[in-house]
Order: sequence, then C-alpha cells, then structure tokens
Amino acid sequence: MTVQARRAHPYIPNSEPGVKAAMLAAVGAGSMDDLYGDIPEALRFRGKLNLPEAIPAEAQLKRTIERMLAKNTSCEEAVSFLGAGCYNHYVPAICDEITRRSEFLTAYAGEPYEDFGRFQALWEYESLMAELLDMDICNVPTFDWFQAAATSLRMAGRYTGRPVALVAGSISPDRLAAIRNYCEPVMQLELLAWDLKTGQLDLAHLKAQLTGQVAAVYFENPGYLGCLETQGQAIADLAHGNGSLLVVGTDPNALGILAPPSQYGADIVCGDIHTLGNHMHFGGGMGGFIATRDEEKLVMEYPSRLFGISRTDVPGEYGFGDVAYDRTSFAHREQGKEFVGTASALHGIAAAVYLSLMGPVGMRDLGLHILQKAQYLAQALGALPGVKAPALDAPFYKELLVDFSSTGRTVAEINEALLKEHIFGGKDLSTEFPGLGQSALWAVTELVSQEDIDRTIAALRAILGGN
Amino acid sequence: MASQHSLERPLKVRTAFHQAKWDEELIFELHKPGEVGVAVAPAEQGVAAAVPGLAALPAPLLRAQAPALPEVGQMRVLKHFLRLSQQTLGADFTVDIGQGTCTMKYSPKINDVLASSPKMARLHPLQDERTVQGILRIMHELDLYLREISGLDAFSMQPASGSAAILGMVSIIQAYHASRGEAHRDEIITTIFSHPSDAAAAAVKGYKVITLMQGEDGLPTVEDLKKAVGPRTAGLLITNPEDTGIFNPQIQAFTRLVHEAGGLCGYDQANLNGIMGITRAKEAGFDLCFFNLHKTFSTPHGCGGPAGGALGVVQKLRPFLPKPVVVKAEGEEGEGCRYRLDFDLPHSIGKLRAFWGTAQVQLRAYAWIRALGAEGIKEAAEIAVLNNNYLLKKITRIKGASAPYAAGRRRIEQVRYSWEQLHRDTGVTTEDIAVRMADYGMHLWSSHHPFIVPQPFTIEPTESYSREELDEYVGVLEQISREAYGDPGTVKTAPHRSVCHHIHHDDFDDPKRWAITWRLYQRKHLPEA
Repeated sequence: MTVQARRAHPYIPNSEPGVKAAMLAAVGAGSMDDLYGDIPEALRFRGKLNLPEAIPAEAQLKRTIERMLAKNTSCEEAVSFLGAGCYNHYVPAICDEITRRSEFLTAYAGEPYEDFGRFQALWEYESLMAELLDMDICNVPTFDWFQAAATSLRMAGRYTGRPVALVAGSISPDRLAAIRNYCEPVMQLELLAWDLKTGQLDLAHLKAQLTGQVAAVYFENPGYLGCLETQGQAIADLAHGNGSLLVVGTDPNALGILAPPSQYGADIVCGDIHTLGNHMHFGGGMGGFIATRDEEKLVMEYPSRLFGISRTDVPGEYGFGDVAYDRTSFAHREQGKEFVGTASALHGIAAAVYLSLMGPVGMRDLGLHILQKAQYLAQALGALPGVKAPALDAPFYKELLVDFSSTGRTVAEINEALLKEHIFGGKDLSTEFPGLGQSALWAVTELVSQEDIDRTIAALRAILGGN
Repeated sequence: MASQHSLERPLKVRTAFHQAKWDEELIFELHKPGEVGVAVAPAEQGVAAAVPGLAALPAPLLRAQAPALPEVGQMRVLKHFLRLSQQTLGADFTVDIGQGTCTMKYSPKINDVLASSPKMARLHPLQDERTVQGILRIMHELDLYLREISGLDAFSMQPASGSAAILGMVSIIQAYHASRGEAHRDEIITTIFSHPSDAAAAAVKGYKVITLMQGEDGLPTVEDLKKAVGPRTAGLLITNPEDTGIFNPQIQAFTRLVHEAGGLCGYDQANLNGIMGITRAKEAGFDLCFFNLHKTFSTPHGCGGPAGGALGVVQKLRPFLPKPVVVKAEGEEGEGCRYRLDFDLPHSIGKLRAFWGTAQVQLRAYAWIRALGAEGIKEAAEIAVLNNNYLLKKITRIKGASAPYAAGRRRIEQVRYSWEQLHRDTGVTTEDIAVRMADYGMHLWSSHHPFIVPQPFTIEPTESYSREELDEYVGVLEQISREAYGDPGTVKTAPHRSVCHHIHHDDFDDPKRWAITWRLYQRKHLPEA
C-alpha cells in the first residue's frame, strides 16, 4: 500500500485536507476566512503565534516533557517533613485505578440518565464524609479548604444576617488572604488573639469581640501551627450564646481518632479532602468540603451542588439528582448563592474510594500511626540541643511547631544542610510568624519511617553540632 | 467518494445501544463487619513503645465512637467503583458535543500519563525551588504561551476553574479602583449570554450587576451599553463569541466605551476555542481575560474538576495578580536557567487557591500546546469553526429545530439552537430530548438558565471529532425528531435504555424528604433502620 502524503494532526481528524475541502464545500465557504466574516479585520491576528514548533509525535512529546520533569525531585526520592496544608500520604492503588478510568476522568456535566455512576459516586462521597464528620450533610467538593472556609463564613453571614466573622489569628496567612478576598467587602473579618505559648484561642478576647454583628467564629482543629484546640466546646458555647455559628476547619485524615468538630458544637465544618486518597500534585491535589446539619435554612445557603438519592418509576431502583437546585447561580445567576461551577469532583471520588477502602478500622489505624510518629519525631527533635519541639505547649496530631532559635542557626541554614542529605525539612515560618523566632512546621505521615526520622535526627545533630 | 462528502449520506444511529446496568448496591449496603479494603501498617514497635499515643490527648479531643463507614474487602470496593464508572458516560466514549460552552474536546491520554508521574504527582508545593525546576519551567512557559495567545502581559495559573478566574478578574477590578481612590465604582456590566458566574462572582464581591439583554441579532447592543455605563461602572465582564456562537463585531466599541467611563474590561474567554490564533484579547481592548485549561487546552473535566482557569492581565494590572507567579531568574536564558516563585506583587489580591493552582492541569495544557504548536493551534480553532458551521447546516434542516438570531451568518465555535417549533408541534421539550439522547449513548444539554432561547440546546463540536462522528450525532437528533413527530410518547417516557428509569424529582426539593447522604436516607426513608 502507499501511504498518503497528506495527513491530519492526530488530535484533529478533519484537518485531513480532503475532508476539510469537502466540508468547506458543504457549508458553501470558499476558505476558512469566509467563516470568520464577523471578525473585523482590525481584530484579526495575522501573524504567527510565537510558540515552539509542534511535536505531533507522541513518543517525542513524552520524551521532551519527561526530560523537564526529570529536573524535579519527588517526595519518593527524599524524606519529606513538609506539611502546612499539603501532606505526603499514601494513595492506595485503587484510588488511582478509579480516578484514571476514562469514564470518570472525562465525564463532566451529564444528567443522571447518562452519568448515573458519577452521581452515585459523589453521593456516596457526601455520605461517607457525613459519617466521618458525624454531620448530616456534605457538599460536592469545592476548590479547596480556602474556598470551603470562605464559603462557610459567607453561609453563616446569610444565615444569621450578620456581617462579621471572627477568625482565630493563628490561621495560615495564605488561607486568611484567600478567605479575606472572598469575603470582603460583603463580610468583614476580625482576627482573634491566641496564646503564643499554647497556640490556644484567647477566650477573653473572643468574649470581648462577640457582638450582635458577629455571624461566625472560625478556628481550625488541628490548627495551622499543628496545635489541637482544647477549648472547642467552650468556644462553641460562647458563639452560640451570642447567636453566632461556630465554623471549624479540620483535617478529615485525623478523624479516625480525633473527635469530629460537630461533637463539640460546630455548626459548619470545612476542610480539605486532599488527605483522603489524593496526590499532592505540587499543591494541585486539593479539594474542599463543607458539612452541616440537615436544617432547611442552612442547607439553602450552600452554593454548591448537593446530590440526593431518590426513587424511580421502577420500585426498588435508586435515582439521583440535584437537591434544591434553585439555590444555585446556575439557576439564578447573581441572585443565586455565591457561584457554582467546576471545582474538584474527581478528588471527591478519590476520597469516596479511600474511605470505602479504609473503613473505620483503617482510619483509626492510620490516625494512631501518624499520631505516634509525630510524637516520636517531637521527642527526637526536642532532645537535640537548643531545639524546642513542640514549641507550643499543646497536643498535636501530625504536625508541630519546632523552634530552632536557641541553636544559633536559622531554619533556612538548617533546611539547606538537610537538603544535601535528601531531606526536606519543615516549612520555615520565620517570615510568616516572626514572633515565633526561627521556627518551622514539621509534619509526618504514615510514609515517614522510624528509620527516616532517626537518620534525620542524626543529620540534624551533625548540622547543629557543627555550630 | 463524492457520496461520502455529501450531506445526504445515510447516518448511523446506535439503536441497539444500552447503558451498562449493574444494579449495583450503595457502598453502605456492601458493609460486612470485619472486612477491610486496605491494611494500614502500625507504627514501628520502636516508635509505639516510646510514645504516649492517644494518652497524650485530652479525652474530649478523642473520638468516642468509630465513624459508621462501611467495611468492605478490597476487590469488592474496586468492583463497586468500576461498575459506577461503567455507568458514567465519559467523553472518551461518546460524541460529546452536546455540552456546548464546555469545549468537550479530546483529552490526550499521554498528558494523563505525564501528569501521573511521581515527578508530578508526588511533589510537595513547598519544596525547595531547586528540587522543582521542571514543573516551575512548565508553569512559566505556559504563562508565556498564553500571553502570546491573548496578547496580554502576565498570567496567574492560580484560579482552579473558570468561575474562580472570573472571581479573580472581579477582585482585581475592585482592588485596582480602590488603589486609585475610586472605590465608589460599584457596578459590573455583563451580558445575558455570558456565563452565569460572570454575574454571580461579581455579586460575591458586592457589586451591583447590570445585565445587557440581547438585541435582534442575539448580541448586546452598543446603545444598551451606553445607557448602562457611567461613573459607577467598575468594569465589563463579557464573553465573545457569546454563548450563541455569534461573534460581536462591535467588541472594540464596547471596551472603548467602558474605558472612557473609567472602567476595566474583563474578557470571559471560555469560548476561546474557535478564535485561538485568529483574534486576541489585546486587540479587542481588554485589560483582563481568562482561559479554561480544561476546555480550550484539552485537560480532562474529571466529573467537574480539578480544572484550571488561567487569568491574564495587562502590565498595569500585574501587581494585582494573586501571589505568586513563576518567573525566570534575572538575566538567565537557555536550558540552564533557573525558575522561581515571585511573591513581589505589591497590590496583590492575595490568594485565590491553595499554593500555586492545579499544577497537574497546567502540565497537561502545556503538553497540549507543545503537541500542536502555533499552526496546530490555529488549525484546531479553524476546524472547530468548520465543524460547527457544518453542523449548523445539518441541524437546522432537522424538523422542529432552528438556530435563532443572525440568520444566514456564520457562527464561531458553537450554536445555541432551539426546539421551539418541535415543542409547539409535539409537546416534546428540550429536556425530554436530552433524556432520550441517553438511550442512544449521547449527551445533550439544554443551556444555562434563564432560557432566553426557547427550548434551547447548545452544540459545540470542537476540532476533535471526525465528520462521520458529527454525522452520527446529527443522525441521533434526527431520529429523535422523527420520534417526537411520530411517537412522542417514546420520547416523553425516556429513558428506556439507561441505568435507571424516570427519576422522581419531588424528593429533591422537599426538606422533609431530601436525602443528601446515606444517614439522611436511612432517617427519612428507612424508618425501620
């Protein structure tokens, strides 16, 4: 056989010249320019885009990009103690198997009659999260914890008709920036004082700030600095006594062992599902959740999709669909609640698979493992001369503040030396929280072994001893 | 050969199609006490023995009762979700052109392979920059490519979707005016055929929203804009081509009028696919724009994300971008140069998303651009437009279907059609037809609300489908039109070959009956449980 000289781009079948000519003829156009007749010549870009030469051959494309990616060092190739909102947890093979399925990966916005599985999987995600969080309702995922927290506060604002949210001051500055941008100018944020020694919220300050304008009190548990807040119920009582809602951010990964915030009075719980079966992806693996009780007034304030289960014409058959769709901006544009659109649904499906695999036993084992590992790390770091770990006097789960101020070394210097040993030291907080001195946030997951910690401690001992 | 190129050849319709129907349980119904899907290793003995564990935590912080998650063995969990996946009509399986405005083009598999590399998937965002030079380079070069495609001067990849990018545009518009002492500008103008989020995200930022309705040709009019614009105008958010697929030739007049009033112009380029390399935001006079990486730049839609909304601005607005952007180290060129995160954006709106956006999505978009190059990108746009006009010709011949507005004019990448005539003749609605499409393995979406076009449906073929596949889709529409006229009951009682039958929607809007989770379902519908 002879191979035709003319060929189409693999992604563009109708670029084959014969087909293209026939289709132009079919629509009665002499040239492509005829199809763009509505675009004034002054707006036509007649140059050639300054882009690299095309790489239509897949093998060559793969090699080109793999060579670029080869410049990255993954957490598989190092020991990582980085956390601060993103964690190197294990992702079971079945999570990857399911999220790479073409059916889920390339579906989008179909109705239950063609996307039944997508609706069921996300409904099961909502349901599994509700059990983990011990709440009635969880939404289809939003972008990330940032968005989930911001929307939770806006929901509280509409629910109470009040414009102010009080936010624990120990929050991550990045998360605060995102919440601020999302809430202002419609809502105002005020920061609550916290104890620099214990990381705990300052209840006296909270009491003083609780006015008739306050829609919500927001804190995180575990907090950004790793501390567990031990005054949850007291904060809830103060907020409720003021007619405000309590909004708590949490890491669902911890809830096999930690009490879910609903059990100490949270009205809205939010956080990130990245830690449930999703890869880090350089920070792209995030997905936010919002959970509440089943109270109509509160449910009607969700901007997100809420999938529900129902019946069909055939007895015994399940059906799924959108609950209270009329809330959304899809239904009513600017009159809807905030806005809804594409967010992180696939990460929700991964989380559903993860929670189904783990079950209550897996979540408990995981939580306990991580807790013990973090305690071991804290002990080992704290035994190093001049190192205070944990630097805050509070219980912690998988992350802790470590103060290197008394070592005479900066966190930057220490991390630089660790990097030479293929160890990613904890996040340097000396810029974000200058009041904490030369402190860093160190995190562990179940993927950090005792040997990894022992080797790291030995390296640190050498680094600090060389002072 | 000639007959193959004719509009009249017989069309294939998959009348024997039936969706997978596993009659699968809910995951909770698979619960078997004692089973587990994955085993988690306990901490090493040397660790467990050395630490207090749970005893270190105050009792109120401990979970008293285990969560009622189902206990299911590994293979059964796998099977469950595989079955659910088979009951989902991914774009890879169908001719997914019925979700107009969403640019359901082919997502190349090689890009998924690259994105799942540990060199991508297992990167922590706070790693030392020297250990992530590969991904930083990709993010930076993607920025450069998008500058070229838009003509604008800087991009942030941080927004995680089109709506997030719209919020970013509105946030920058607000911060810009505030920085100039013009915070009194409290109105955003948009158009009815622009995405609902253009209006909704503006309202999130406290703006009064003014929506321009369509004129006779389906486009907003300069006269209406003149009435709307004024000293309170903060900005314009507009799609072009609008969701009708009609390009607004007056777009420069729109941006000029808004600029004369002191406002900024944000281009919603969700509908970019037909005009890549053909016309740019810069020449149209825009100050901001965004591209959907998951639409125009091919990254998979993932059941609704993760996605990417690349947000572009002109130079004077660069200081307002969310932090950080990726830059190349000063003075360095070529293979050995260094990339870093630049947080020096003095008027930054702060953060729109955690860390640096969806890097795995950015990588895929980058790979897609590299695969096509300048000529391929222009060709993708042109073929998308050719496919669309080919469909326009064929769909408007279907009994009961029409393409309102701008009769006789070309459309860009999509068309908002109407079943108004068919509905009038047969009583069959666009929603009925959408359901019936599922019986043929196809998807049809009505359109965004409100339904300005009566009984609407929006078709966007993209460049990904062959002529035969486009014909097949048209064949299904024709088949259903015939059914509507001959046997409307079949259409109105659809689906017939779906996973499930007609779903009862009354539960979804009744607070006493809605069951958003398993526990609510048990409480409200299984009282014996």
